[in-house]
Amino acid sequence: MAQATFRIWRTAPDGSGKFVDYKTEVSEGMVVLDAVHSVQANQAPDLACRWNCKAGKCGSCSAEINGNPKLMCMTRLNTLNLDEPVTVEPMRAFPSIKDLVTDVSVNFRIKPGIKKFAPRKPDAADGTWRMAQRDIDRVQEFRKCIECFLCQDVCHVVRDHKKHEDDGFIGPRFLVYAAALEMHPLDTEDRLKDLKDTHQIGYCNITKCCTAVCPEHIHITDNAIIPLKERVVSRFYDPFTRLLRVLKT
Amino acid sequence: MATANSFSYDVLVIGAGGAGLRAAIEAAGKGVSVGLICKSLLGKAHTVMAEGGMAAAMANVDDRDNWKVHFADTMRGGQYVNNWRMAELHAKEAPDRVRELEAWGAVFDRTPDGKILQRNFGGHRYPRLAHVGDRTGLELIRTLQDHTVYLGVKVHMEFTVIDLIVDNGRIAGALAYDRERGRFHVFSAKAVILATGGVGRAFRITSNSWEGTGDGHALAYRAGAQLIDMEFVQFHPTGMVWPPSVKGLLVTEGVRGEGGVLRNSEGRRFMFDDIPDNYKPQTASDPEEGWRYTQGDKSARRPPELLTRDHVARCINREVKAGRGTPHGGVYLDIAWIKEKLPNAAEHIKRKLPSMYHQFKELADLDITKEPMEIGPTTHYIMGGIRVNADSQESTIPGLFAAGECAAGINGANRLGGNSLSDLIVFGKRAGEYAAEFAKTHAAAAISDAAVNDGMKVALAPFDRSGAAENPYKVQSDLQDTMQDLVGIVRIEQEMQEALTRLAALNERASRAGVEGHREYHAGWHTCLDLRNLLAVSEAIARSAIERKESRGGHFRDDYPDKDPAFATFNVGTERASDGSMKVTRIPIPEMPAELKQVIEEQKQ
Ligand SMILES: Cc1cc2nc3c(=O)[nH]c(=O)nc-3n(C[C@H](O)[C@H](O)[C@H](O)COP(=O)(O)OP(=O)(O)OC[C@H]3O[C@@H](n4cnc5c(N)ncnc54)[C@H](O)[C@@H]3O)c2cc1C
Ligand code: SF4
Ligand code: SF4
Ligand code: FES
Repeated sequence: MAQATFRIWRTAPDGSGKFVDYKTEVSEGMVVLDAVHSVQANQAPDLACRWNCKAGKCGSCSAEINGNPKLMCMTRLNTLNLDEPVTVEPMRAFPSIKDLVTDVSVNFRIKPGIKKFAPRKPDAADGTWRMAQRDIDRVQEFRKCIECFLCQDVCHVVRDHKKHEDDGFIGPRFLVYAAALEMHPLDTEDRLKDLKDTHQIGYCNITKCCTAVCPEHIHITDNAIIPLKERVVSRFYDPFTRLLRVLKT
Repeated sequence: MATANSFSYDVLVIGAGGAGLRAAIEAAGKGVSVGLICKSLLGKAHTVMAEGGMAAAMANVDDRDNWKVHFADTMRGGQYVNNWRMAELHAKEAPDRVRELEAWGAVFDRTPDGKILQRNFGGHRYPRLAHVGDRTGLELIRTLQDHTVYLGVKVHMEFTVIDLIVDNGRIAGALAYDRERGRFHVFSAKAVILATGGVGRAFRITSNSWEGTGDGHALAYRAGAQLIDMEFVQFHPTGMVWPPSVKGLLVTEGVRGEGGVLRNSEGRRFMFDDIPDNYKPQTASDPEEGWRYTQGDKSARRPPELLTRDHVARCINREVKAGRGTPHGGVYLDIAWIKEKLPNAAEHIKRKLPSMYHQFKELADLDITKEPMEIGPTTHYIMGGIRVNADSQESTIPGLFAAGECAAGINGANRLGGNSLSDLIVFGKRAGEYAAEFAKTHAAAAISDAAVNDGMKVALAPFDRSGAAENPYKVQSDLQDTMQDLVGIVRIEQEMQEALTRLAALNERASRAGVEGHREYHAGWHTCLDLRNLLAVSEAIARSAIERKESRGGHFRDDYPDKDPAFATFNVGTERASDGSMKVTRIPIPEMPAELKQVIEEQKQ
């Protein structure tokens, strides 16, 4: 059986950290999470990492593998160069808790700040609605999100400029969430003013880094952020629509 | 001694899968204070993995469907040892619970006339599963989660409950530790709802996430509650068998619902060779009829691939044992063949089964639109669990409720696919409602310091045993082998007795398992604490399975291969005796009311 070296980020109780090399056996079909588990079971029982499903469905095992934000459970070893050590480190945009585990709680605080779903009155007497499949395809794309927060991790507005902490920027994951609500055929709420003023959609300069890392292949920028930006622009900056709105009220 | 923080709620919900979230929503809506505890981050619970859909007789696709048919299907699937009252409530209430999800933002796939689309699934007479592609669990959990976060429910994420605290026979609260720091927390509550999911991790090959360590089952058992039906474990017929690192990972039944067929290494569709008599009238007589059924032809009957899971799993087992298996010890599941029938078959498959396409492509380098998959049985679900009152979901301990997979009754000897997600929302709601009611009419019970101190001491013991201690991962792994090999899909007395002997030895080893280091996010320590839960549920499964000397549903005994009517009259119960040993009892099944009997008769043709 072949061996490979995993260079895993370990932290000390004082918060400092360093890479530690672990050699472990590797076999066909293995993913990075298997290697981390094998290190845990045989060499470092206190190694901290998050995972749940090991099937790319829960979004728990996000990490940076050789510098690339990825799910550990969906990164097969045969896609990596095993002649060199494979580096495995936590998502760097979030504060460290221990080893590969980070404090992602900010994401759970952002969501309730976005106005919740508010459906129109039911279409039928039995309290149900009618929607055509073609009208929900886009929303279903957004609802594939597994909340892995890799897009938040890679977005420079979050990672480098910390605008999610000091200026309310909700980041790509929650722009997708807001887009799913705004484009939901039943929703009656209006979030455009919030998107502009409190959710700070303007900070996004469409670098598309978020789209590149999304394990669910959601077209975050093209399908969610750009259409939202367009709606904001036409509401608040387009002189003609603004005039119409003034006349109407 | 480690000190503990304390919290106090009217209703404490343990578990944030579909059942726990639905319960929390309901209780919060009743105006009581609600705390919610989960081992992982919010939205990551095992429910997120569910694929195929949730069963509810809405009759959107076939107007012949109604609660009576769903009830009869559930009872037939469960081989009539179900709690018939739960099966009745479930069949009647599931449609409303599903529609309510839509009002909370769920976006199900649609019928051409714009209603919620429903798909075929094993054991369901008509297309009944509301779904979103093959990621229905994600849709369910996200909808409930996104609804909950606006309700003021306090969520304690990455907290693990290690003991329930009981005062004079009544629930008083729970003791937990948090992963991040390893500190202890005491929760006092007037009512507690267990919604902790399943036990799949007691077996080597499983579709369950790491959380499935039977915590709720074991917590309730240790607190003195009764468990029932623990011998009924569901082995799902189609798990991945290759590569080894994903062995057990689920391949949704939806593949067969969309026309996928099972073949052995000789290319034979072996499921046609063994159709049980009571399913013959509903099963297709040839492949052509089966295909038409999957394509929505109402005059056609279902293909034998969609017979109940226990039966399909055993047929696969038999093929493999007879030497007709695939190179990696499974059989073939082929959906690619439908290209003979449909133009654009590849696109169709990708649209209907996106995550299966993804899963095989990324984890096995296999394109399911071109090649057959290799699959074999995997431990999937436990029908058994905490014994509850059908209407209120209250356990045998006053103030302690249970819902979802950790509760028992609705499924009897075998669960139909899709009946779990609907179970979560039907009985999650009921548990929330009745727990809130209980909290409003009862004062909080006392939490004894002694109980808390004992609990903390036991929990910290692994740190005192470092050095020559047992490796907890090794003990867990040996436990999984024991259950897989000796109490698995085909059982016999002698092997199960052997399992009990080994479990006793493992118990002893677990009591010597130890770790070093700090308490912060210490996976090895967590594993030590999981062991006692896994051991308790494993023992309950083995003892119950020994008690049921017949074959029924998920429980198959080589030494008693037939169903025995004498065993149709009771459920097997397990509870803790005063000396700490496990007591096995037979709990008679109450007589079914005449109206329900009639429903079953009417649906038999
Ligand atoms: C791959 C797969 C596919 C499936 N597909 C379907 C399907 O299509 N249709 C269907 O009906 N069913 C399906 N099932 C079954 C169904 O998903 C489960 O039965 C169901 O989700 C269980 O939900 P639950 O709410 O009871 O528990 P879970 O979703 O398992 O949640 C348990 C919760 O309890 C918490 N918890 C556990 N122990 C503790 C503790 N000690 N302290 C604190 N918190 C704790 C966990 O953190 C978690 O939040 C599938 C199962 C699998 C594995
Ligand atoms: S496109 Fe916008 S949201 Fe996405 S990474 Fe770039 S700046 Fe961030
Ligand atoms: S949008 Fe994609 S990358 Fe971002 S959290 Fe969701 S799944 Fe992850
Ligand atoms: S463990 Fe669930 S996505 Fe990796």
